[in-house]
Amino acid sequence: MGSDSLVIAGRELRSRLIVGTGKYPSFQIMSEAHEASGADLVTVAVRRVDLQHRGPENLLDHIDTKRMAILPNTAACYTAEEAVRTARLGREAGLSHWVKLEVIGDEKTLYPDVEGLLAATRTLVKEGFVVLPYTTDDVVVAKKLEDAGAAAVMPLGAPIGSGLGIQNRINIQLVKEAVRVPVIVDAGVGTASDATVAMELGADGVLMNTAIALAKEPVRMATAMRKAVEAGRDAYLAGRIPRKMYASASSPLDGVVGR
Amino acid sequence: MAETTGIEVQVNGEPLSLPAGSTIVELLQKLSLDSRRVAVELNLRVVPRGEHGAQRLNHGDRLEVVTFVGGGAC
Repeated sequence: MGSDSLVIAGRELRSRLIVGTGKYPSFQIMSEAHEASGADLVTVAVRRVDLQHRGPENLLDHIDTKRMAILPNTAACYTAEEAVRTARLGREAGLSHWVKLEVIGDEKTLYPDVEGLLAATRTLVKEGFVVLPYTTDDVVVAKKLEDAGAAAVMPLGAPIGSGLGIQNRINIQLVKEAVRVPVIVDAGVGTASDATVAMELGADGVLMNTAIALAKEPVRMATAMRKAVEAGRDAYLAGRIPRKMYASASSPLDGVVGR
Repeated sequence: MAETTGIEVQVNGEPLSLPAGSTIVELLQKLSLDSRRVAVELNLRVVPRGEHGAQRLNHGDRLEVVTFVGGGAC
């Protein structure tokens, strides 16, 4: 097998699994889970410093930045303006010009506002950002994001944090067929098989947070996800057999004993 | 007329009094913040870290001081 690494905007990633930093029981467990996941890209949120209640620990003290690159996100931004502002601050805080771009349009589903997402993508690409937009599993939007200069498109498998798995497999495949930039399934993974399905559909990578962080044993789940992503990728490359309606025996029909 | 000895700025939406002529470096020191861990926006413009020492603050300035926190999406 030759080299099969994920390349986004010219950067080669060894792992096709991208992880988050939220909802972990502790920084220690987060750090161990990151290690177990094998991921080399990790997303973080940008928030106001709490001037009243500042803890002694900073998130960045618990991320091995020699091994993992930081991907600031614009989580909880509801307009293109907010997202652009947050991305600029994230760039300054992290000295990374990569951004996981989120423009949310609905509080209940946390579905992306694709109009705002496109506008923010255009602005940030002009400013030199490597933009990875979290989007719907919509082929038309994915094409528009690629045209706008997105370095990858990140369609949801299911709503953020829902753990429902890939709800529309056809849409993920259609998105993959339609764009040349990498397709990262972002959101919706609940367990390892969901990640495998995403990869088997041809996704170039999977981004997840909750499925690992809120598992009973986050470190073990991170290991499972690493294997799941690798298994799904291998299965995709190996090429699955066609589905058939009826059985097809694997053993010879000749020479059956007593017949 | 009272002499102006200080200024008031807004940091993350909260009022804060500073000596006139304070810089962003002095603001971060007053707040005990490690400048390598934060980003600062002054009146909607991100101020690069290298300019924190030279950037003086004026009365009524609005600042955002942010850092990274745990998050995946939203």
